[in-house]
Amino acid sequence: MKERPLQIIGKARRRVDGRAKVCGETRYADDLFLPRMLHCRLLRSSVPHAKLLSVDTSRARAFPGVHCVLTGADFPTPFGILPVSQDEHALCLHKVRFVGDPVAAVVAQTEEIAQEALGLIDVVYEPLSTISSPEEALSQPEPRIHDYGDHGNVHKAVSMSFGSVEQGFAEADHVFEDVFHYAGNTHLPLETHAAVAALDPDGKLTLWSSTQTPHYVHRAAAKVLGMPPSRIRIVSTPQGGGFGGKTDPFNHEIVICKAALVTGRPVKICLSREEVFYCHRGRHAVLMKLRCGVKKDGTLTALHLQTLLDGGAYGSYGVASTFYTGALQTVTYHLPNYRFDGCRVFTNKPPAGPKRGHGTVQPRFGQEIQLDKIAHALSINPADLRLKIVEKPGVLTANFLHIRTIGLADCIRSVVRRSGFSEKHGQLPLGRGVGLACSSYLTGAGLPIYYNDMPHSGVQLKLDRSGLVTAFCGAAEVGQGSDDVLCACVAEVLGLDVADVKVVTGDSDLTPVDLGSYSSRVTLMMGNAAIFAAEKARELVAGPVAQKLETEPGRLVFSGGRVFEAEQPEKGVSFAEAVAIAESVHGTLGAVGSYKPPKPAAKFKGGGVGPSATYSYSAAVVEVQVDPETGWIVVEKVFIAHDIGRALNPTLVRGQVIGSVYMGLGEALMEEQAYRRLPPKKSGALVHRTPSLLEYKSLTSLDMPEVDVELIEGPDPEGPFGAKEVGQGPLLPIMPAVANAIFDAVGVRLDEVPLSPDKILRALLQKAAGQPPRVGPKGFPAVPYPEPLQVSTPWQGGQGRAVSPTAPKTPKTEGSHA
Amino acid sequence: MKRPISLVVNGEQHDVLCAPNVTLLEVLREQLGLTGTKHGCELGECGACVVLLDETPVLSCLLLAMECEGRAITTVEGLKRGSELSPLQAAFADAGASQCGYCTPGMLLSATALLAKQATPSRADIHTALSGNLCRCTGYHQIVEAVESVAAKNTADSHGSSAR
Amino acid sequence: MLRLPAFQLFLPHTLPDALSMLAEDAEHTSVLAGGTDLLPNMKRRQVTPKRLVSLKHVPGLRSIDVLDHEIRIGSAVNLCEIEEHPLLRQEAKALCQAVGQIATVPIRSTATIGGNVCLDTRCEYINQSELWRKAIGFCKKKDGDICWVATSSPRCLAVSSTDAAPALSALSAQVVLSSVRGERVLDLLDLYENDGEKPLTKQKDELVTQIRLPRRVGQASCYWKLRRRGAFDFPLLGVAVAIGCDDEKRVKHARLVLGAVASRPLLVPLPLELFAKGLDAELIAKVQEAAHALAKPMDHADLTLSYRKAMTKTLVALALREVFGEDMTDDRKRLERQLA
Repeated sequence: MKERPLQIIGKARRRVDGRAKVCGETRYADDLFLPRMLHCRLLRSSVPHAKLLSVDTSRARAFPGVHCVLTGADFPTPFGILPVSQDEHALCLHKVRFVGDPVAAVVAQTEEIAQEALGLIDVVYEPLSTISSPEEALSQPEPRIHDYGDHGNVHKAVSMSFGSVEQGFAEADHVFEDVFHYAGNTHLPLETHAAVAALDPDGKLTLWSSTQTPHYVHRAAAKVLGMPPSRIRIVSTPQGGGFGGKTDPFNHEIVICKAALVTGRPVKICLSREEVFYCHRGRHAVLMKLRCGVKKDGTLTALHLQTLLDGGAYGSYGVASTFYTGALQTVTYHLPNYRFDGCRVFTNKPPAGPKRGHGTVQPRFGQEIQLDKIAHALSINPADLRLKIVEKPGVLTANFLHIRTIGLADCIRSVVRRSGFSEKHGQLPLGRGVGLACSSYLTGAGLPIYYNDMPHSGVQLKLDRSGLVTAFCGAAEVGQGSDDVLCACVAEVLGLDVADVKVVTGDSDLTPVDLGSYSSRVTLMMGNAAIFAAEKARELVAGPVAQKLETEPGRLVFSGGRVFEAEQPEKGVSFAEAVAIAESVHGTLGAVGSYKPPKPAAKFKGGGVGPSATYSYSAAVVEVQVDPETGWIVVEKVFIAHDIGRALNPTLVRGQVIGSVYMGLGEALMEEQAYRRLPPKKSGALVHRTPSLLEYKSLTSLDMPEVDVELIEGPDPEGPFGAKEVGQGPLLPIMPAVANAIFDAVGVRLDEVPLSPDKILRALLQKAAGQPPRVGPKGFPAVPYPEPLQVSTPWQGGQGRAVSPTAPKTPKTEGSHA
Repeated sequence: MKRPISLVVNGEQHDVLCAPNVTLLEVLREQLGLTGTKHGCELGECGACVVLLDETPVLSCLLLAMECEGRAITTVEGLKRGSELSPLQAAFADAGASQCGYCTPGMLLSATALLAKQATPSRADIHTALSGNLCRCTGYHQIVEAVESVAAKNTADSHGSSAR
Repeated sequence: MLRLPAFQLFLPHTLPDALSMLAEDAEHTSVLAGGTDLLPNMKRRQVTPKRLVSLKHVPGLRSIDVLDHEIRIGSAVNLCEIEEHPLLRQEAKALCQAVGQIATVPIRSTATIGGNVCLDTRCEYINQSELWRKAIGFCKKKDGDICWVATSSPRCLAVSSTDAAPALSALSAQVVLSSVRGERVLDLLDLYENDGEKPLTKQKDELVTQIRLPRRVGQASCYWKLRRRGAFDFPLLGVAVAIGCDDEKRVKHARLVLGAVASRPLLVPLPLELFAKGLDAELIAKVQEAAHALAKPMDHADLTLSYRKAMTKTLVALALREVFGEDMTDDRKRLERQLA
């Protein structure tokens, strides 16, 4: 096929689902109404930790209008997103583990009746002691919140060592040690979770759900319901936001499936806003200690990172989250020796899980602030320091992550130039400051959630004689624009208008598996699969058309809805005619493409978290104004640069960047999944402090500063048309950039989020009193980390395997690894 | 005690049966099939349920349906002219003002109300008019830009005839 | 979806009808004006009145009448109308600044001045669902007998969260209460009691029908609001100041009222002698001291109580500078995100 310039990719364009959205015609899960539909409400625990002695539903069953009442006994099979933590029951079976844990379900003619009947269910609890913090979880091994996990209330503790940090510290001119705390926060999608389950006329079960991961829901539903997955259809409805909050299979999804089977009628559930706070699966609160060795010119010699995660009451993605808190410290700056210890504990709170940036956000916060402190101590400009140590493209990091393209240096230069950072940093009047931070994020997790060797994304194409091409893929449209990416990739390759490509997505009966919208995988994995499929389709069509036109396939170009000879454009046919010609020769036309990411170089236990086909990079400079008397903070402007490889649709990309900055500012300034523990002598209560949109603070349009965006485009060979991710990366640098800007403005350090005015004032008062002007955790507790897995780094000749937990620390000679 | 009420929605009269405790939001979505109006909290804390009552933006989750008799209600479904998008809708779609789309109906109606009062609002006016609508996806800028682009066209149009 | 509990709805067409419906069963009846405070509280089952009397068709409550000596605002006038009223913007700036920062635009289209003046007190322990309140074992304000904010407190500490009342009080507003027994006029400040559970002194069957603002030549006023965001949030602190000067610019009257630092709007007594020298550092310091001493925020709202208390001084200074004629546009933009 003849090459031609891109016609769709790279152009700012209305997204394919834009019209539906501005007409209010997109059907979200709660917009589905089926005939004779029933409504479900869940009864949730009002105690944080207790044995469930009895659940008496007799009065509820007898209430007029109630069709069905379910309890834990109806769902004995546990489930969970990760194979290693199948610790959830659709309804609590033997115990409840947090206020909000679902205990029973009522299905009734109306939502009001169901809600009223909840009050008729009598539950008897035997309270157990409340574990309200990681410190309590560590010091109270009994009662165990779960019967599994490393020991006591420690869910998982890991330790790995790459090279030798002791040697690195010995070589350093300075060693810096800092402790940071990153508060938990939640996704707060505007659409609450909702789902409808129904039997179709053939008696097969369908679940429509606001889920980012229909394939994982499919597996969980089949497991818990004890049904063959081929008899269950999962349709992911377009979501009104997810951000990671809709990537677990949920209690309510499985409950309504069962209810539909029992009643034979469609059953809908729509969670209230408060219930979404209880589903949570949001950002883990993480306590971190970073010990970093540097040479006086800023070169890093070693980093020892320790993390302690507040996991909440269930596993969710938590084991992966734990590994993520240690995975990406090495992909931005060259780090020759690295040690990571991570530990997740259970507490009696809503479970934490993946939120935009998944586990890498918290340590990035610490790392970027510590680098700022290092730059300050060494009297080096923070931008110059980073530019000096930026990692190189094509390398393997100490923990065996393969960096392909890395546009970080360009990102730094971009934000420095546009913001005038070097002229402002350290030089603005008291109360004004600029802060810089960088980050990286993966473009799709390198391994699937459950072990298998199959593709991570598949796309099937149907070519119709009308000229319409239909692209089928299991990907879920969260709002990020995945439908648009699919359409654009196929349309580009086949030379069609996007209006002539229809996408069918997220339907397990119709679409090939895509693992779901998480870890920023969809553009890269689905996009590549789509390109492969479209190229095969193009080839199928080109052959017969070339023959008909008496030319070579190599001379043909697919463009503008036609197939024609590049040198003689009038010698050609319309795409529809081309399909007809090809169909006459081949029979019915179809093509399939699939994608699997490259095999990770990391072969050690735990090395499955972190690898990715490629990484995106971001840099941000934030300008703040801080009132030196009151600590009141205003973010004036954000400059952001994102190394995206290629912007497939600049309008959508810009939206993702600004949206990420927005969410980062929320986490920096005001978002917090905070809890209230009542005085233990008076009550065992542990409740979410602010389970409402009013009190859980998110920025309004009045709080949003100006954002200056620049995209750094250096196509990455791994990405579809060179694209890397953009949905998560630009969030990460914002929080540390704000913290660094506060230091520049008023000389105080906040080593925790949110960076609220009361904390800034506290630090200012410390400063005035001659004390170290810093607000943050006092110290890092003793955490029972295991002996570290020892892995030799690539430049030590390592092959990515663990040597042994107790191997000597001297570098091995080449080629002799177990 | 359900009783019949008559509501005028997008210029059409609808007769529905409802109890006093039913909100306008519930009637629109659950009785009239107008699911374009969304809900994020039902407590007045997000703006997803904004509709227009006689050109004024209001929260349909905090209005009793019975109290809306005799008023002209406009929902997102009423913005199109036939199958043609309104200039504001087209601007939203083209500017990337809709990502997940869930806040979009409320945003469109708040913006429609603003442009009806002020054909050429400043950027500050737009931010203020939209400050009662939460969005978790866009960071607001492309939404403001969409409204600005319509306002700019209004400026360009002679004699202030306001396009909506 | 959260839904309202069942109730009987009355839609009277005259004020006497409304008042007698109210009196019939005042204990179980609530007034429905804008509904933007009542309905959310009902959806959370904090209050469950069996009867609502709607003011929708009641005449005489929706006008703003300008007389020579006072402005009379009907209690059902919506907040948007007040915010945009040219004469009020000129003569009662504090009121318009307060009202313009209440909640959000769509709420202000429906919410009424009477409703905001009678706003129920708020607390992170009460503005929650029934499930949540059950989990904490309830509290003094409803169904329980302990105040979780301060467990040894003999009274409920829920906080006064109205923005309009401090501003109106600083402007020496009066309120007209009507009932089947007739009408009475009170100083607005006398409508309140420092009790989170029962913050209004009026009888349950009394309806606020009118707010009266005395017109004063040479009056300057303003209202400052502390909150985390530029919209939605209730006040964490409100400072309303009104001063009246004679022709020689001497301060003849001065009022400072604090909001959100008690279960009622709090008048800070200010001897007139303080103002003898006009605006100077000493005046600011003395007024700050007086306000700071009385402000007692609790740990049941956003930002820490010590921060909110400290900010009393900041907002007092801002308010004084403003009433003495300084242009505060930049400060408002920074602190309140008021761009326009």
